[in-house]
Amino acid sequence: MNTSTPEVQGHGGTQKTQFRQLIKKMGSLIGLIGLSLVLTFASPYFLTMDNIMNVARQSAINSLIAIGMLLAILTAGIDLSVGSILALSTVMMGIVVVKMGMSPIIGVGVCLGIGILLGWLNGMMLTKMSLPHPFISTLGTMNVARGLALIVTAASPISNFPTSIQFLGAAFIGPIPVSFILVLVVYAAFHVFLNYTTVGRYIYAVGGNPEATRLSGISIDKVLIIVYAISGLMAALGGLVLVGRVNSAYPLAGLGYEFDAIAACIIGGASFMGGEGTVWGTLIGSMIMAVLRNGLNLLSVSAEMQTVAIGIVIILAVYIDVLRHKAAARVKA
Amino acid sequence: MSEYFLSLKGICKRFPGVSALTDVSLDIKNGEIHALCGENGAGKSTFIKILTGVYQSNDGEMLCEGKVVRFNNTQESFSLGITAIYQELSILPNLTVAENIFLGRELRIPGFGLLDYRKMNHLAKTALLELGIDIDVTKTASEYTMGYQQMIEIARALIANVKLIIMDEPTSSLSGREVDVLLKNIHKLKEKGIAVIYISHRLEEVLAIADRITVIRDGCKIGTMERSEADEEKIIRLMVGRTLEEKFPRHQAQKGDIALRVRNLNQRGRLNDISFDLHKGEVIGFAGLVGAGRTELARAVFGADKIDSGIIEIFGKQVKINSPKDAIHHGMAFLTEDRKGQGLILMHDIIVNSTLTGLKKFCKFGYFIDQKMVVAEVDEMMRELQIHPAIPKMTTRLLSGGNQQKVVIAKWLCSKAKIFIFDEPTRGIDVGAKVEVYNLINRLVNEGAAVIVISSELPEVMGISDRILVMNSGKITGEFSCLEVTPEEILKAATGGINHEYKHA
Ligand SMILES: Nc1ncnc2c1ncn2[C@@H]1O[C@H](COP(=O)(O)OP(=O)(O)OP(=O)(O)O)[C@@H](O)[C@H]1O
Ligand SMILES: [Mg+2]
Repeated sequence: MNTSTPEVQGHGGTQKTQFRQLIKKMGSLIGLIGLSLVLTFASPYFLTMDNIMNVARQSAINSLIAIGMLLAILTAGIDLSVGSILALSTVMMGIVVVKMGMSPIIGVGVCLGIGILLGWLNGMMLTKMSLPHPFISTLGTMNVARGLALIVTAASPISNFPTSIQFLGAAFIGPIPVSFILVLVVYAAFHVFLNYTTVGRYIYAVGGNPEATRLSGISIDKVLIIVYAISGLMAALGGLVLVGRVNSAYPLAGLGYEFDAIAACIIGGASFMGGEGTVWGTLIGSMIMAVLRNGLNLLSVSAEMQTVAIGIVIILAVYIDVLRHKAAARVKA
Repeated sequence: MSEYFLSLKGICKRFPGVSALTDVSLDIKNGEIHALCGENGAGKSTFIKILTGVYQSNDGEMLCEGKVVRFNNTQESFSLGITAIYQELSILPNLTVAENIFLGRELRIPGFGLLDYRKMNHLAKTALLELGIDIDVTKTASEYTMGYQQMIEIARALIANVKLIIMDEPTSSLSGREVDVLLKNIHKLKEKGIAVIYISHRLEEVLAIADRITVIRDGCKIGTMERSEADEEKIIRLMVGRTLEEKFPRHQAQKGDIALRVRNLNQRGRLNDISFDLHKGEVIGFAGLVGAGRTELARAVFGADKIDSGIIEIFGKQVKINSPKDAIHHGMAFLTEDRKGQGLILMHDIIVNSTLTGLKKFCKFGYFIDQKMVVAEVDEMMRELQIHPAIPKMTTRLLSGGNQQKVVIAKWLCSKAKIFIFDEPTRGIDVGAKVEVYNLINRLVNEGAAVIVISSELPEVMGISDRILVMNSGKITGEFSCLEVTPEEILKAATGGINHEYKHA
């Protein structure tokens, strides 16, 4: 069963409808392949092993944050605080490990722990304080966490982490970056979590119809708190990879990362209305963004133009999705 | 002008994998009341969606006043005088009654371009008075009950001078008195030369007002007959292809211990000192007018709304129920009346919806869902409830109304509850499937469950309950044994002894 593609219409019907369904499921994947083909022709360097691994490495942080974001979006919510959580959790790790000289294990624990804690607070504010929308609770946390990150570091970066902490972000196994392997493992775990556990199914249900879900005996509050705690955790994990890559934790890290994460989910087919979106779609969404940035770099497009391009891609991707939905709503078989 | 306002020839509509309509031809005369009957999923709603331009037919031809037409959207059909009133009303609750009536056709003060509220209010009031409704058109629509809101929609159609009004199950959420008013007004429409297509699973209504009746089965037209040729049995036979043995089968269970005991339940402004006992092996029917507080009582007992005071005991043990989760934990199930808003997750499929409450029982190692088990159980339930089409991964939004209801029932069957509260369980369900639902309720009772049925259809309450409790304004105002009660007695208790006028809550 895979309810994350809920709009099933041709049920083993004609071959034509099966084909159409396949296209529907594969929409963003086809986009990714098309984009890659174009870039292969445009730049001879694009399809080299080095460059592919480079893209894999560059997409890792956004992929990790986006999968947490996906949970929030599935419940018809949003998590604006991920970038700030990343910053605060990594600088705290820097303080514990580099400044106080504690063991890297404790440092990693502090980093992930702060991520979970802040995410949990987001969830508690949303549910127990009945703030009307996660936009508000996470916007608050976004500012608080960023401010705290600047205060505890006196606004300066912390460097010289032990190599063990850099492992996730910097190490390779053969030609493959560890960070990308981490992404694959995490995504596989989320796939199982969302499709084959009760809490995972409840996440889809809450986004689809909260009232029906509540009357079915499911504690919505619990589900939401879990969702935001996981989102916080994934932000901190993304931070861990970032620290490894740049060997530094800095209070302005992760600025604007929430938008890249949201974009990855949306390009990957998640619906802002909740209840719809898949793990693999999100991975593809994140890859599309990384490939696009990489390609534009290879073609020496300026950073400013790149921002413009990403903006256009987001709107186009969602527009295509809207068209697909419209086509589904008024099928002329 | 020809006798026919609308002629349809050989209409076909296919959805991927399903053929909803096959070669349907139908004529609608000017000013006739034409009823459409058919089982759940027969294609009635699809048919009217083609008439109004929501869907386009794959095949066939449509003539409106002699001219070939093809509607791409509802605006196009509306401009030719065709409109539909759906079960889910399209009233905007935050606008005033008059604003609703003139929505999209607002009157302006000539020369100024500002809205002419005085004129609109006046005309709205006149249109409603024509329907025998005297309400304040400057109040927001949300202040009026479903019955009134429906009248507001009809007034909107009157103002626009339509020639054909289509009503898809208009009475399924109305109280008995509101139904009477509606039927009377349908006659008035007819007198004005407006044709009405009337869809309902309540055959007594169909027989009361229709001039002609068309029966659809599995997307094919079985036949059209004059009212004089029709009777209930004949319609049912044409609809389901066989005769029904028993309209209200009875269970065989013996009344056992008390399963649910409610004492002095209060909820400010809604429930007033409610006490009753429900036994194992018993069906209690709750009768009353719409708005009498039956749904509120069910929600309160189920923990969906907070109560102010009162005691609830389950199988002799006092329990605290603060949420639906607690209620389900204590073995309760609650089938809500509003299946779209509170019952289903419309964007998700049959599997997800029917296993939502019972998901835990499919888990291996505490947390991981065993898909094979889920699919097997859903298959079984779909067969038992005759859900059609029997495609587990069908998005529930695409199911016909009656089949959606069956999915909600499946959800609660799956939860292994001992105390069931069914709020309007047969709303929108066809006559054959109704009997299936009654059989199902009986089976639950025979297996030792205790059941509460809330229903606005008196024959149903009287036909399937052992005891009938009547509510009025949040109080229980009567208790009857099903063997010795008359409809008049129930109505009297439901209206507090006084013959209430048709008035809003
Ligand atoms: N958009 C759609 N896509 C696929 N199938 C559809 C769609 N809309 C309707 N159907 C199918 O077409 C058939 C006819 O449905 P329709 O809603 O017209 O039935 P109905 O006669 O109104 O039933 P009910 O009495 O239960 O309301 C059903 O099998 C339904 O599942
Ligand atoms: Mg219908």
